[in-house]
Amino acid sequence: MANVIDDETIEYVGILAKLDLSPEEREAAKKDMGRMLDYIDKLAELDTEGVEPMSHIFPVQNVFREDVVTNGDDSANILKNAPGCKDNMFRVPKTFA
Amino acid sequence: MDILELTAVELSEKIRGGEIRVRDAVEAVFERIDGTEKELNCYVTLEKEKALARAEEVQAKIDAGELTGPLAGVPMAIKDNLCTEGTLTTCSSKILENFVPTYSAEAVRNLEKAGVVIIGKTNMDEFAMGSTTETSYFGATKNPRDPGHVPGGSSGGSAAAVAAGECFAALGSDTGGSIRQPASYCGVVGMKPTYGTVSRYGLIAYGSSLDQIGPLTKDVRDCATVLEAIASHDAKDSTSLERDDLDFTSALTEDVKGMKIGIPRDYFREGLDPEVKQAVLSAAKVLEERGAVVEQFDLSLVEYAIPTYYTIAAAEASSNLERFDGIKYGFRAEEDSLHPMYKKTRSQGFGPEVKRRIMLGSFVLSSGYYDAYYIKALKVKALIKEAFDRAFEKYDVILAPVAPTTAPKLGDSLSDPMKMYLADIYTISVNLAGLPAISVPCAADEKGLPIGLQIIGACFQEKKIIRAAYTFEQSRKQEDRIHG
Amino acid sequence: MAKEYETVIGLEVHVELATKTKIFCGCSTAFGGASNTHTCPVCTGMPGSLPVLNRQVVEYALAVGLALNCDITRTCKFDRKNYFYPDNPQNYQISQLYLPICRNGYVEIETEETDEKGAPVLKKVGIHEIHMEEDAGKLIHDEWEDCSLVDYNRSGVPLIEIVSEPDMRSAREVIQYLEKLRMIIQYLGASDCKLQEGSMRADVNLSVREVGAKEYGVRTEMKNLNSFRAISHAIEGERARQIDLLESGEKVLQETRRWDDNKETSYPMRSKEDAQDYRYFPDPDLAPVHISEEWIQAVRDRQPELRDEKRRRYAAEYDIPAYDIDIITGSKRMADLFEAAVAMGTPPKKVSNWLMGETLRLLKERNMDPEDLRISPEHFSKLIELNEKKAITNTVAKEVFEILFDSDIDPEEYVKEKGLMTVNDEGALRKTVEEVIAANPQSVADYRAGKEKAIGFLVGQTMKAMKGKADPAGVNALLKELLAKE
Repeated sequence: MANVIDDETIEYVGILAKLDLSPEEREAAKKDMGRMLDYIDKLAELDTEGVEPMSHIFPVQNVFREDVVTNGDDSANILKNAPGCKDNMFRVPKTFA
Repeated sequence: MDILELTAVELSEKIRGGEIRVRDAVEAVFERIDGTEKELNCYVTLEKEKALARAEEVQAKIDAGELTGPLAGVPMAIKDNLCTEGTLTTCSSKILENFVPTYSAEAVRNLEKAGVVIIGKTNMDEFAMGSTTETSYFGATKNPRDPGHVPGGSSGGSAAAVAAGECFAALGSDTGGSIRQPASYCGVVGMKPTYGTVSRYGLIAYGSSLDQIGPLTKDVRDCATVLEAIASHDAKDSTSLERDDLDFTSALTEDVKGMKIGIPRDYFREGLDPEVKQAVLSAAKVLEERGAVVEQFDLSLVEYAIPTYYTIAAAEASSNLERFDGIKYGFRAEEDSLHPMYKKTRSQGFGPEVKRRIMLGSFVLSSGYYDAYYIKALKVKALIKEAFDRAFEKYDVILAPVAPTTAPKLGDSLSDPMKMYLADIYTISVNLAGLPAISVPCAADEKGLPIGLQIIGACFQEKKIIRAAYTFEQSRKQEDRIHG
Repeated sequence: MAKEYETVIGLEVHVELATKTKIFCGCSTAFGGASNTHTCPVCTGMPGSLPVLNRQVVEYALAVGLALNCDITRTCKFDRKNYFYPDNPQNYQISQLYLPICRNGYVEIETEETDEKGAPVLKKVGIHEIHMEEDAGKLIHDEWEDCSLVDYNRSGVPLIEIVSEPDMRSAREVIQYLEKLRMIIQYLGASDCKLQEGSMRADVNLSVREVGAKEYGVRTEMKNLNSFRAISHAIEGERARQIDLLESGEKVLQETRRWDDNKETSYPMRSKEDAQDYRYFPDPDLAPVHISEEWIQAVRDRQPELRDEKRRRYAAEYDIPAYDIDIITGSKRMADLFEAAVAMGTPPKKVSNWLMGETLRLLKERNMDPEDLRISPEHFSKLIELNEKKAITNTVAKEVFEILFDSDIDPEEYVKEKGLMTVNDEGALRKTVEEVIAANPQSVADYRAGKEKAIGFLVGQTMKAMKGKADPAGVNALLKELLAKE
């Protein structure tokens, strides 16, 4: 296996992705990610010099809405699924030190 | 007359003709569900009461002549990653186990306008990540053709429900083959239209640049009819296209005379089950006999499609799934401080396959790897699209297998994720290139498991696909009648 | 000998655009709604929702870019900036990294040096780029439950971020630059640019280096600066902090710091959980924006006269002092009011006097920004006219102006309704003056004893008794006449 994913990388990616892996998951993740990256490395075989990266399939451009208010107060619906709410706001663990 | 033997279009005709009441159709479906659902587990949520009430409403509109379309009164199922107002929408994930949307996906609204009765939400691989419907938080779905086998995925619940008569038609979503592959495994018709043809508004995103909604149906006519109903330009989806050729049912003609069909040699090499290979090549013969010109060619770049796909899909998924954080909806693990809450919620809320792809996606986008992995994949995607463009300069449609094998046994795929990913080889390039493609049943293997034939078209050429698929389907029916 | 240090400053300025709706959905951007009442599935990150770009955001960004002499990116794209925080409902912010709408511009500021003619020497501050992005929601700390609450009313409000080159060397230059930006953007109508309300926010990137050094030092980024005063203090404080570190042989860490305005100090914001690896990638949900030559020309054609041009024109057209011109053109709103009133035939000098006098006084008293002026030019002109033809006295005019200032009433109707027209009835005035003389024997005596000033008190008393509706000059003359008689 060419790509060796170390604990530090898994820890770092876990911070980015907000995932806390158990020791077993961590070992599996190291192995799986290494294998996938080995496989993805296959793309390096291809010469893509001068090829424009293609994020959209169709050359569609300038999809706009006009600046007109279309939405009213929908807060009851917006808050309907909230695991925690108070005073018409979403309640979350404190963010201030 | 057994109502459940009818296709969706046949059923609606009889309903509009006054022979069958909408309520009878809905009840027939629920009767079947009562018999088979316990074993098959096609649905995450069933809405019997709502469906019966809706049946009355639709019946009244049909009686009043307000609903005259070809799907009026048809009971349908919706994949559980499509938002349905007032009905649980889980993506088969614990993290959305209690999410009840307050809006419906545009495709669902279009079906409702057509007079469809929605009976429930179908099981799927969690967040559409998987090819077997075994990654669902709510348990695996079984293949109605043989419950020891998987129905495919990720739209396995939709495919199995159609195959089992637990609905007349269903919607699925296809990011890398998630409609076509389960259709193939379950012996039904499934189609992914050109990217942008069906609005993605209300589809809970997996890989936004690849996701498309499409029908799973009993036959090609139903497929074209459902697609015609759900396709629309939607100002709420910036990637939705304005097309004036959405009359797909007009292509339901038995005519492939002079149609140029290409068969990519590179799809028929190692890894393809001989029975599947034989079935697809025989299907090509059938179309040739009906006047099509069949030719083999080299598509190229086939082996690069999977790494390209998994890089792009995982990257987009890692970002799309960030919103599931325990704050606005869904499951939340209680913790006093913020970041531990995020981590615990997401670690407990997502299953292993989803976590695997989020980790991979976060990695390929992270500082220092973005160009080497993500940008490289977008470049290869451009090359793959070019390869198809070249092929479609010569051919009207491309014929291919859907999957290398028929439906695997339950439990066989999950142990090795890499092996599971490799089985997507014939379906994912279609998503990378934004193409339309259909899966039509073409044979069964010696175990009696269905084999699907994939017909791929150039962008916006759904009608050619439908014409080829319909011609093939009709030929096969005649064949069955003769050799029956 | 102590080393000499140079401060190197670049700014990241966020400006909330004056659109009616948010950048990606049809929710209102109006201030002050009850929490979460200006929200929808899109700006709260509901599953399955999708963004659609507000055309006006591009128009405003283009207008600002052209006014700041930028190159326009013909095909620009939106990228996702991924980071978890509760005010960011999708946990990614839609922004522009790879292809921002504008690049390579500049603004000119006045330095303290002067040229041979005594005019200030101009300095160009480079604009690295301008990009469009969405604002975050608001977090409120709930003391009672010791938790935070999220309001998404501001989530999705359109912003442009103007990133300067590290071309500024002092707090003075920074303030000059910000004033200049504010003026240009206000004139374009793209934003009201209020620092206190957060519609204009500046993050300061600062490093120090020895004078003469070629390389830049390690920079820090300072956030949470809500006033020009805070910006100045933060710059001075950060400069001193970095010099102290270097002098004591320590290193400056590249980090983001938060300014605490009460304590007048800053502290690092970073924690282990903020990896600051935003994993930017093109947003697959949004189409690229193509900006044609025609579009650019159309925006150029609509571009209003900016402040510098206006100053030159006022100096040529109106006979008003340079100082007045500076103040009036210092606010687009005030300049508009001035021009509209003048266009109605009101003498420029009179309009200017009212703006410089009563208007500024009331703005200061009410602690208001000139951009908040609500007086209509019609009513303003009418009031000046009433005063000029002496239909109302100066005292009454000022009194009415205050009401006009607060609620833009029709001064003519108001004056009639309240009976505030100047009293030209000789008999009534004479009677009042006689009464005042009779009631204030001490002042009368003082006046007659040669204390000229005592007449002022008597005029005041008469005006008071007349409820201000008399012409003070006439009152003065009549008093003198009557006092001389006896």
